Amino acid sequence: MKTVLILGAGTAGTAMAHKLRRRLPKDWDVAVVDPSTTHLYQPGLLFLPFGDETESRILRERSATLGKGITWHRTEVRSIDTERQTVDVSDGEPLHYDFLIIATGTEIRPDMIDGMLGSGWRESVFDFYSLDGAKALQAALAEFEGGRLVVNVVEMPIKCPVAPLEFAFLTDAYLTKRGIRHKTELVYATPLDAAFTKPLASKMLGYLLEEKGILVEAEFMTGEVDAEARVIRSYDEREVPYDLLVTVPPHTGASFLEDGPLGDELGFVPTDQRTLAVKGQDRVFCMGDATDLPSSKAGSVAHFQADLLVENMERVIAGQAPEPTFDGHSNCFVETGFGKAMLIDFNYDTEPLPGQFPFPGIGPLPLLKEARRNHWAKLAFRWVYWNALLPARPLPFPPTMSLAGKQLSAAAELGGE
Amino acid sequence: MTVAVQTDAEGYLSNKADWSEDLAGEIAKEFGVELGAEHWTVLNAARAIEEESGSSPGLRKISKRSETPIKSIYKLFPDGPAKLIAKIAGLPKPKSCL
Repeated sequence: MKTVLILGAGTAGTAMAHKLRRRLPKDWDVAVVDPSTTHLYQPGLLFLPFGDETESRILRERSATLGKGITWHRTEVRSIDTERQTVDVSDGEPLHYDFLIIATGTEIRPDMIDGMLGSGWRESVFDFYSLDGAKALQAALAEFEGGRLVVNVVEMPIKCPVAPLEFAFLTDAYLTKRGIRHKTELVYATPLDAAFTKPLASKMLGYLLEEKGILVEAEFMTGEVDAEARVIRSYDEREVPYDLLVTVPPHTGASFLEDGPLGDELGFVPTDQRTLAVKGQDRVFCMGDATDLPSSKAGSVAHFQADLLVENMERVIAGQAPEPTFDGHSNCFVETGFGKAMLIDFNYDTEPLPGQFPFPGIGPLPLLKEARRNHWAKLAFRWVYWNALLPARPLPFPPTMSLAGKQLSAAAELGGE
Repeated sequence: MTVAVQTDAEGYLSNKADWSEDLAGEIAKEFGVELGAEHWTVLNAARAIEEESGSSPGLRKISKRSETPIKSIYKLFPDGPAKLIAKIAGLPKPKSCL
């Protein structure tokens, strides 16, 4: 029996396991290693704090998402030995592999910022990138009666890079509905030089911040949370006061990667941008949020990678070289509040452009533009995730980005990318 | 010394191949920074990471690679080190997907 071992059963690992199980012959074992017994639909965490999503709808038993034919080692990875082709785990004998896929995602690390886990943690300081954090934030928002609400991205890279901005938009709508928007100063503090960092997005979407009265504190790198004084302090000693802080803490790769030879300074795995092979390795691949790629850390990216990596796995198993097929394709809905959303579609080389998706000239989803249809599509996506994306059933989106249906002239006018 | 190179509207180098150590010194001067050994440790780390990963690195990664505390990086490149390092090192602007 030969083995493809997948570390991590999140979006990337689970979709990949199902794809491989369908494509590989019976004498290949497809195995995953993951200590957690539940699978979380992470996009739901954006809606949960506002009471628009429930825990039961976004959480499923891991056994149900993996199903038959996939071996599940319910244990934690300690280290990888690429010489012996084994993975050391906390519970049981080392696991042997013929090919290894690292899909351990990213962890949020409030512990890396001075004071973040201090007396204010989940009292006045909240995150929404974890289920517990999102639930605690829901309770805090329900009790919020106005003041300064600060949404702060500590540093890049983060999962779902537009989620913090979406959170600010949804907060504006939520507070408006509760009749306390006029009593609230809503601030978006980012380490980047603006809320929208690409020329076209900034030109087309800048109105959103103005319209919603969101104040932007740019180039703000949080060094410290001072829960007593209720301020976040940057490295250049600027202070942003808050009554309620919604933070997106730093992200790192899994701790065994951060400490081991395969991870970079932040524990992300140096990976070939096109083949997804781990650099310097011929039997180890990496996908999803665990890579150091310049593509977004997002579920859509994991899905497109799975489509292409399964073909590369077939190639390497047959003794051929992997092909450079991945183009950094990403596709995300961006909630803008009041029942509307945008859709963006881009890759390594092409910034998000206006147009229609997925069918040129028809849509039905407009790109880089607010529409109710996009919002409904985002909500419907939860069903697609559980029933098609995770079990790797066919979806009508090509894994590489298409320029068809996109207005290239929009970027050209700006001298954009 | 005068050098003619193309930058984008925000002052980031359009063509990576145009970058040289001399050019870095010139760009730094425009921002009032005189490059010394400590600056170069930081700039070289940032360039190496970008070369490897294809993206302009965040300050924490630059800090770890160059073994220079973030506080010190702010002293070396006052007034927005992330932006300044990218401009001087000839790297793309640090950005998000939108």
